[in-house]
Parts: sequence; structure tokens; C-alpha cells
Amino acid sequence: MPIQTRRSRDGQTQIIKIEGRFDFSTHQAFRDAYEHSGKDVCGYVVDLSEATYLDSSALGMLLLLRDHAGGDNARIVIENCNNDVRKILTISNFEQLFTIR
Amino acid sequence: MDESAAESDPLKILIADDSDSDRLILKTMLNRLGHQVLDAADGQEAVALFRSGAPDIVLLDARMPAMDGMEAAREIKRLAGERLVPLVFITSLSDAEDLARCLEAGGDGFLSKPYNRVMIKAKVNAFNRMRLMHQALSDQRDLMHERNRQLLEEQHVARRVFDNVAHTGCLNAPNIRYHGSPLSVFSGDVLFASPRPAGGMLIFTGDFTGHGLPAAIGAMPIAETFYGMASKGFDGSDILQEINQKLVRILPKDMFCCGAMVEADFAQNQLRVWNGGLPDGWLVRSSAANYRLPSRHLPLGILNADQFNAEMEAIRTRPGDRLLLMTDGVLECSNEKGQFFGEQGVRRAVEDLGSARHPFDTLMAGIRRFTGRKKFGDDLTLCCLEMVDEAGLVTLAEGAAPSTLAGPTEWKCVYEIQGSTLGEFSPLPLMLHICMEVPGLRRKSGEIYTLLSELYNNALEHGVLELPSDWKYTPEGFGRYYSERSTRLCEVSGHYIRFSFHHEPMQWGGRLKVVCEDSGQGFDFQNHPVLQATEMAQSGPRYSGRGLVLLKRLAESIRFHEQGNRVEIAYDWYF
Repeated sequence: MPIQTRRSRDGQTQIIKIEGRFDFSTHQAFRDAYEHSGKDVCGYVVDLSEATYLDSSALGMLLLLRDHAGGDNARIVIENCNNDVRKILTISNFEQLFTIR
Repeated sequence: MDESAAESDPLKILIADDSDSDRLILKTMLNRLGHQVLDAADGQEAVALFRSGAPDIVLLDARMPAMDGMEAAREIKRLAGERLVPLVFITSLSDAEDLARCLEAGGDGFLSKPYNRVMIKAKVNAFNRMRLMHQALSDQRDLMHERNRQLLEEQHVARRVFDNVAHTGCLNAPNIRYHGSPLSVFSGDVLFASPRPAGGMLIFTGDFTGHGLPAAIGAMPIAETFYGMASKGFDGSDILQEINQKLVRILPKDMFCCGAMVEADFAQNQLRVWNGGLPDGWLVRSSAANYRLPSRHLPLGILNADQFNAEMEAIRTRPGDRLLLMTDGVLECSNEKGQFFGEQGVRRAVEDLGSARHPFDTLMAGIRRFTGRKKFGDDLTLCCLEMVDEAGLVTLAEGAAPSTLAGPTEWKCVYEIQGSTLGEFSPLPLMLHICMEVPGLRRKSGEIYTLLSELYNNALEHGVLELPSDWKYTPEGFGRYYSERSTRLCEVSGHYIRFSFHHEPMQWGGRLKVVCEDSGQGFDFQNHPVLQATEMAQSGPRYSGRGLVLLKRLAESIRFHEQGNRVEIAYDWYF
């Protein structure tokens, strides 16, 4: 599975880990990863430590997640990006919408 | 079509056998199975019957007089063309080579003599299934071809509509070079350029997430907004805000448009740039180090109006400086090894410039060398704008076709903006719009816009904000001027700028009087070099000086009152 989900220890954060290419082919799996996360989730972590590549449709998916998680009130952390992925997030200035670390 | 029904439908079967008795037996058997039979005694007759009767299946004796089975088979297959008519050899042959020859001649299978009713029924059914499957596939293929043809035709029509809305504007100006298919409906890239009413240009390049129709549909309102607002004199920031708001409203959440807006002012040698999500732009300068213009904003179509920042970065330029803008298709060009051209590729090309070479050519050549290809994908856009003397440029075509309506000739109008509105709103497009109601002025929209914007900017920057214009003529001062401008604009209160218009008909056409007053301190107009000079020669590159020169050149008369914070001009137009 290119996408794995787990819950943080306190159960409040859904952690979505993406492996390999984060692009349109992962669209459905990524949606499933947050849409069925349950009502008690109040934050998300997108772990990109194993992601090798990210394209503009992945940026679109992150925007969908943000919308799902409450838009401006969403609490989403994108973490462990490699340099290429980080670069794409930077060009698009996504740090204005997400916490990137 | 219900296939099981079709499978049991009676078939028209052509049989050819030179033995009368065998033929009769076979015919009887097939008739009893419910099929219609055409029978021939030799190959020639079989071909003739095939031609006239168009059978579904052919059963052919391999050895016959006049024309033997092999030859007849070849002819029948040729006549059948694309249609699959199963051709079965009836034979008592058992030699492998003979049988192989039957297949080579076009046979689809064998039926051995003597005839066996069960075998014949099974064979005919099997070959009929094959025939029907082939038919279904061909029909589906034809349907797909037809649908595809219709789709392409529709797209061509859509493309014509798109072309009319999203035309290339002034991309063919001598100081612009570009690569890409700015009009391709099927690429996600757009590239638009428009002259501004008072001179200068606006360029927008964008890259939608996704391709094809959704991207094209997003591009249409951008084009309309861009060209519509640019011709009315709105500036880059205004247009960006409008485009962003429109895209937020119409695009699904996961779609957005990376883009860059460039406002070029050739008279003042100044560029204003906004980059949201596109790769670094580069200002290639002849006399200074190249200047990088990175993306500082989120792409368009994501943030709501109250969060969106349309502030453009102002850069001083010199004639001959060239600005390169590109979409990420440039960075994503790959070579045979699957490596990307990337930022390094662009940086290297820009840094390696020989003085004589055009950065556009160098970069294109760099991409070609890297990819080893002459042609690239659709969604690669590269645009290069050169700062030039505006005198050498084609300016805005004379507005829209003149209206047949008479329009107002005798009118007055006062428009005053106050307080914080001064920092948030430009009244120029609105005031231009009011003046353009006069048909005689419509042909002069460029001059009117220049007059109004000189008056307004002078009143705002020097009157209300008290910015000293000489700051702009040193590199440090230039940055300071614009940062002070932004800061002071936010803090404006208790000030006003008032425009009073008075238009009256004249024997020769008409006269527009404009009075511009502001609440600022004014200036010493009695001792100003430009106003004293009898010649219009300038003593130095003072902006306010140049502004005054422009006003003096365009207007019939110009007078200053009070302490210099009330300017009155008269502008005449002729039939």
C-alpha cells in the first residue's frame, strides 16, 4: 500500500504516510485515508518521509484535506519532506496554509 | 443487440462442392438447422454467389474445377474486406502441408468429409460466434471513431470561441518573445499580454493544475478579466484580485492556477511583478547582476479575497533589461536518462549568457540540447519581455468601435475619495469610464488615461503621501520610495483627492476641463524648472518633472492654484 494511516497515541491525530510517488494515482487512497478517519480526529499529520515525488495534483489533494479538516481552522502538519518535495511546497508557498516541518 | 438471439438467428450460408450428391446432403442438413443456403458447383460460381448473395459463412470444397477452393478463398476474402466472413474448407485432405495451404489462402478452419450433422452444427455455431464477436468489436470501434471525430469537431468549435476570448493580445509586440501554445485548449498553460491605456504593458502567464477541458474552462474567465480590466486601465494588483476571486468561486477545491503578473512601465523604466507558484522569474540585466523573482505567494484560486495578497514587487530597470518568465514545464523537461532540466538548468543558461545572445534563445537552446528534442510537450511556456523605449512600440489600438449612440456632451461631475479609501482603491478606471461616455473622447482613451493618472498619482504620492520624487533616482531610494509608499498608504487619514470634470461641446469638437485638488501641502510651482521653461527640455530625470511635461504636452492648458495642490487642465478634442 502506498498510503498507510494510523492514529496518534492520544487518538486525536490521524497520521497519513505516503510512500513513493504522491500524484493522481493515489487520489482515491488519499481521500479514503482522511474521509473515514472518524469524528474524534482533530488534526492531521501527512508524513512524507517515504514520498519521492509530489506533483500539482498532490497539492490539490492537500487542499482537499485542508477543506475537509475545516479550511482556515484546519490543523495539518506536513512532515519529513525530502528536498525535492520541500521545494515544490515552497514554490507554491504552501507553508502559508500548512505547518511544514 | 441481444447477442443470444443473434446467435440463433438463421444464417445465410454459401456452400461450394463439385460433387452434386455431397452438395445436396450438406444443403439439406443446413436447411434443417434453419439456415438459408446458396450453393455453387465450382469456385467461379461460388465467388459470383458471394458477390450477389453476401452470405454470413462460407463452406468451400478445397478441390473443385473451374476455380479451385484455394483461389476462390483468396478472392472471397478480398471481396469481404474488413468484414469477417468465416471461411471453412470442406476437405478429405489430411496432409499437413495441404491443410496449411488452405489456411494460408484465407481459410479459418476445416470440416472433414464425410459430413456429420452434429459436427456441422457445432462448427457453424462456433464460427458464427466468432463472426458476431468480430462484428461487435468493429461496430464499437466505428462508434468510437465517430464519437472521437465528433469530440474533436466540438473541440475545434470550442477552440474558436476560446481563441476569441483568450486571444494573444499584444504578444506579437517586438519586445516580447515566447514559446508555448498559449491558445492550446489542451494544455494547462495560458499566456496573455495587453498594452495599457497610458502606455506600458501587462503580461499574465499561468499554469492550471490539470489539463484539457477543465483547465481551458478556468482559462476563459481569466482571459476575459485580464483583457477587460487591462484595457480599462486597472493595474496588475486589481486584476490579480479579481482573477483570484473568480477562480476561488468557480474552481473545485483541488484546482488552482499558478501564475505571474507583470506590469511594465517603459516610460519610468520600472517593472512590477507578482509570482504565485511559478518557478523563479529572472530579470537579465546588462549592467548589473541578474535578479531573481521567486514565487512569494500562493497560487491563484486558493485564498479568499480577505487573505489574498496582490502586492507586486517594484523593480527599477534599464532599457535592454529582459525579464524571463516560465511555467514548470521548463523545469520538468527531461532527458533520455529521465533527469529534469530543473532550476540548475535555467540558472546555468541565464548565467552563461554571452553579451550578444538573447536569454530567450539561450534558454531554448539549453532546453533543446538537454532534451535532445526539437519539440516539447504542450504545457511548457516561456516568455521574455524586453524593456524598451516606448516610442518604438505599437500602442493600444484605438479602443472599441465607436458607438452609434450620441453620448453626453454637456456635463459636470465631481468625484472625491477620502481617508483610508485612498490607500485601498484607485479611482482611475471609474473616472476613465465616465469620460469614455463622450464619443469624441473615446478615441483618445490613452491620452485621457495618461492625464488622469498623472494628476492622480501626483496628488497621491507627492500631495497626500508627501513622498519626495528624487528618492526614486538612486537604487537605495527606489526601494525606500516604494516601501514608504506602502507604509504611508496604510496610515492615510483625514486626506482627500477631488476630481471635478466639466465637459462642453465646442465648434471644433469638445473641451474637457479637469480640476484635481488634494489636501496635501502643495509645491512651489512658481519656481519649478519645468513650469518656467519656455522649451520643454528637461533639466533632469525628475519624475514629477516628467509628469508635468506630459501634462503640458497633452493638455491645451495647465494651471496651478492655491499652494500648488489644485491643478486645472483643459483638454480639447476635434471632430
